[in-house]
Amino acid sequence: MLRCGYALFWLLESVLLICVVSSVKGEAVVTREGSHLKLSESSHSNESQHGHSSNITGIPIISFKWHHVETPYLVAFWVLVSFLGKLVIEANHHVTSVIPESALLICFGFILGGMIWAADKVQTFRLTPTVFFFYLLPQVILDAGYHMPNKLFFTNLGGILVHAVIGTCWNAASLGLSLWGCQMGGAMGDLDIGLLQYLLFGSLMAAVDPVAVIAVFEQVHVNDVLFIMVFGESLLNDGVTVVLFNVFDAFVSLGGPKIDAAEIIKGIVSFFVVAFGGSLVGLVFGLLISLLTRCTKNIQIIEPGFIFVLGYLSYLTAEMLSLSAILSIVFCGMCCQKYINANMDENSVQTVRYAMKAFANGSETIIFVFLGISAIDKVIWVWNTGFILLTLLFVLVYRFIGVFFLTWILNRYRLVPLEFVDQVIMSYGGLRGAVAYGLAVMLDENKIKEKNLMVCTTLIVVYFTVILQGITMKPLVMWLKVKRAAVTEVSLLEKLTNKMFNHTLVAIEDISGQIGHNYMRSKWKYFEENWMSWILMKPSARKKQDQVFDVFHQLNLKDAMEYVTEGERRGSLEFVRNENSIIDFKKKSESESFDINNANILEMHEQIMKAVREAEAINAHHLLDQHLYKSRKQHRHRFSRSHFDINRDEKEVQEIFQRTMRNRMKSFTSAKMGVKPPKTIVKHTQKEQHNYRNHFYFSVVDNPPVCLHIWLKVIFLILKHNYSYYPRILKCFTKRRKNNKEHYGPNSVSFVHPAGIENPAFMPDLDPMDLLQIPPWLGESELDSSMVALSHRAQVDLPRTPSNLRRLAPLRISTRSTASFTLENIPDTQQMDSDQLQPPPPPPRPPRDDGYV
Amino acid sequence: MGSRASRLLREEEIEEIKKETGFSHSQITRLYSRFTSLDKGENGTLSREDFQRIPELAINPLGDRIINAFFPEGYFVLVIFREDQVNFRGFMRTLAHFRPIEDNEKNKNPATEPLNSRTNKLLFAFRLYDLDRDDKISRDELLQVLRMMVGVNISDEQLGSIADRTIQEADTNGDSCISFNEFIKVLEKVDVEQKMSIRFLH
Repeated sequence: MLRCGYALFWLLESVLLICVVSSVKGEAVVTREGSHLKLSESSHSNESQHGHSSNITGIPIISFKWHHVETPYLVAFWVLVSFLGKLVIEANHHVTSVIPESALLICFGFILGGMIWAADKVQTFRLTPTVFFFYLLPQVILDAGYHMPNKLFFTNLGGILVHAVIGTCWNAASLGLSLWGCQMGGAMGDLDIGLLQYLLFGSLMAAVDPVAVIAVFEQVHVNDVLFIMVFGESLLNDGVTVVLFNVFDAFVSLGGPKIDAAEIIKGIVSFFVVAFGGSLVGLVFGLLISLLTRCTKNIQIIEPGFIFVLGYLSYLTAEMLSLSAILSIVFCGMCCQKYINANMDENSVQTVRYAMKAFANGSETIIFVFLGISAIDKVIWVWNTGFILLTLLFVLVYRFIGVFFLTWILNRYRLVPLEFVDQVIMSYGGLRGAVAYGLAVMLDENKIKEKNLMVCTTLIVVYFTVILQGITMKPLVMWLKVKRAAVTEVSLLEKLTNKMFNHTLVAIEDISGQIGHNYMRSKWKYFEENWMSWILMKPSARKKQDQVFDVFHQLNLKDAMEYVTEGERRGSLEFVRNENSIIDFKKKSESESFDINNANILEMHEQIMKAVREAEAINAHHLLDQHLYKSRKQHRHRFSRSHFDINRDEKEVQEIFQRTMRNRMKSFTSAKMGVKPPKTIVKHTQKEQHNYRNHFYFSVVDNPPVCLHIWLKVIFLILKHNYSYYPRILKCFTKRRKNNKEHYGPNSVSFVHPAGIENPAFMPDLDPMDLLQIPPWLGESELDSSMVALSHRAQVDLPRTPSNLRRLAPLRISTRSTASFTLENIPDTQQMDSDQLQPPPPPPRPPRDDGYV
Repeated sequence: MGSRASRLLREEEIEEIKKETGFSHSQITRLYSRFTSLDKGENGTLSREDFQRIPELAINPLGDRIINAFFPEGYFVLVIFREDQVNFRGFMRTLAHFRPIEDNEKNKNPATEPLNSRTNKLLFAFRLYDLDRDDKISRDELLQVLRMMVGVNISDEQLGSIADRTIQEADTNGDSCISFNEFIKVLEKVDVEQKMSIRFLH
């Protein structure tokens, strides 16, 4: 049923599309192709002139201005169609688990292209090199660079470079030469292609395409080393191919006879200059981004934009200097990731990540769809069986030969040699993709007569590799039993030991007197920590960076989440909320106060806590929550564009939980026991129970409404007065409770607070000298981080001076019903002036009509 | 230097070392020349001072621990004159832990487990933690290692909680210590073979 709906939707979409396309048929549209994502404004201006040129005879109420919006409209529409295609494809899990998404997207492109062709009789949409290289490719590459696992990449850098540079050159040369040889041998009839053209063709076919590789390998989950070898190679050899292509292109333009040794040497030199120059530009831009993010604290909203804009600029700059743009943007992403992640706000980091993924994934989708659409075009289909089949064969065979030979050499120098099956997958993973197609379309028809044949062959190779090899990749990986990526769960000991391994290896290399990989790495790390970080990182971020601590932090966060989830599952998180709304907010590193000395008090309170019925607890917490959240809402500027807090609204509760948990975890683990916070509330070891009690300490201690507002006062008084009275108050409370029971029987909780007092409008005027002049709920801002937790120290030096106690008086008095017992229990205060014993203002209860009071 | 090294090292000795550690002939002679160049006293053994003279070890946070690992105190305490010296055999025995595991070694019978087996590599790492050699990593021992390796910006309190958590994570029998078995269990998924190996030059 659902599938049916999708199909229908899709059909509808396509019909709509055809209508739109037909309506613009015959119009001269220069740039029809989709995805002018970023330049839509510039083309927009042309259109608008066009739209206004017609004569106006009357004032139209509305007019249909298609030309006014045509280009951006089509762009947006194409993006939409591609995304919808992806949506449909992804909805069918059982299909995508067999056929990779990229292949399906190409097929989707076939269908779309067929429709357009059926309507237009000519293919009006195709992927042009400009669109591809300027608007679609950069974000994909930037994403790849930015999310590159740097350590893994650099550990295998040697292998990757060998494959990317030598392997690509080998592929290009061998393919070009073999095809040429075959032509000489007469295998493919009469073709007007010279040796140089063949080499040019070979160079554009040589590159393994990162877009295709990621798309396929992402779903297969091979082991890290294998993945980075294929992926790193595909990234870097894109740069190499483009360079190679340009060099050969220059040779072709130069013409055969003019090429001499000097020109060839110039070509080789330019190869290296272009490749290294491009990487250098990338590095410079990467450093620039890192430096910039040091000081973007005040413009957090647009902070992520810097990464995209500067990344794109590095691409364009390299292109402008005719250096390798792809290498430039790869290195830009790789270089800046560490520093910007440290420098930027956590939200911005997340934003960058998601936006990067969104852009990359989006343009990847568009690329594949357009690759499919491009195929449905009569013009490019020039069939030459010999040429096409031989190309396919050579591409595959030489890839295998190249990989096996290079790996054989590399394995002599590798610590962990690449196994045979790994090599098979590496060879088989040599997918060609859009880069090859883009380059093929860029060929100059005047210089290369058989351009269409080349484009056609390229497309077939792309389809063959992406679709057929893509589909067979997963079964092959299974069949060969390639080592898969292990799902690892980080643990502290693991992290620590890993770090230890590194140090040990460096030391062993030092002792055995050889300069190896580890030696170089430790030197780099030293340099990096002392210079790079110092320049590129915020001082505050520099302090924080420590891997072991990071892991610790993450684990704590995870625990907190679990804790909350568990709490929610059990249906009562009030204790958390209550606590955080008053106490735990600012609680920090005051852990020593949670001490054994408090244990007996706590124990008592736990018993009380158990006695308290849940209904009352909810009552109390609800009250607290209500006004605390409300007060915070008042400070919110919803219209502000530069403060993102506005949108946190829905997540507020969750965030508070997290923050609380984080704080709690800190104090928790730094307390003596170092106990893992309870994941499940039910089972606690003896050890945990003590800590656990701390949590409930404030929360559920005295919950009946009768004493709720007193309790509030107590807390705020404690906060204000350095919590030194706490034990005293506590004592009187517990006594009062006992007393209460005598008065009202065991069921003291049934006492209901008189509603009239709740209204803040009737708040009695207070003693001007009294602290409670400031209502406690407004005193929130005064909470000091150090004050919250109660200290056992307070018990020891409890001040007994009458003046001090006097300040406590209103508090006790406020319990009205128990005022008498309070007085008799504390003899010191008996002579207190009764004028001072006024009830404090109760917390205003927001008007509610659910009537649970 | 090289010629002197090979002169001092007899063939049968090389054969023995080869058998015990799995190093190749050329590796042994190369490491022997390194050994003699470290041996400033020229008495055929290395002392702690000899190791400490290596400048890079001074800046390695674990430098001293690793030097200690070369001196098998536990076994040779009785041999008084040896306790502070390590000869070439011992030197090679320790280095052999870091030899990568080769394919043909994987299927050997477990009785004669080579020095570079996974377990031995792990044991080496474990001993780096376990200062008092009671086959348990206690909280204090862990804390010491943490202090060596974690940046100065982390407070002692935080370090303590990290240590607690680490132990709690690994500790399965509830003795608040990490035993070797627990250690192995935690590092089950880590590619120790790779991470505790270096390529020795030929």
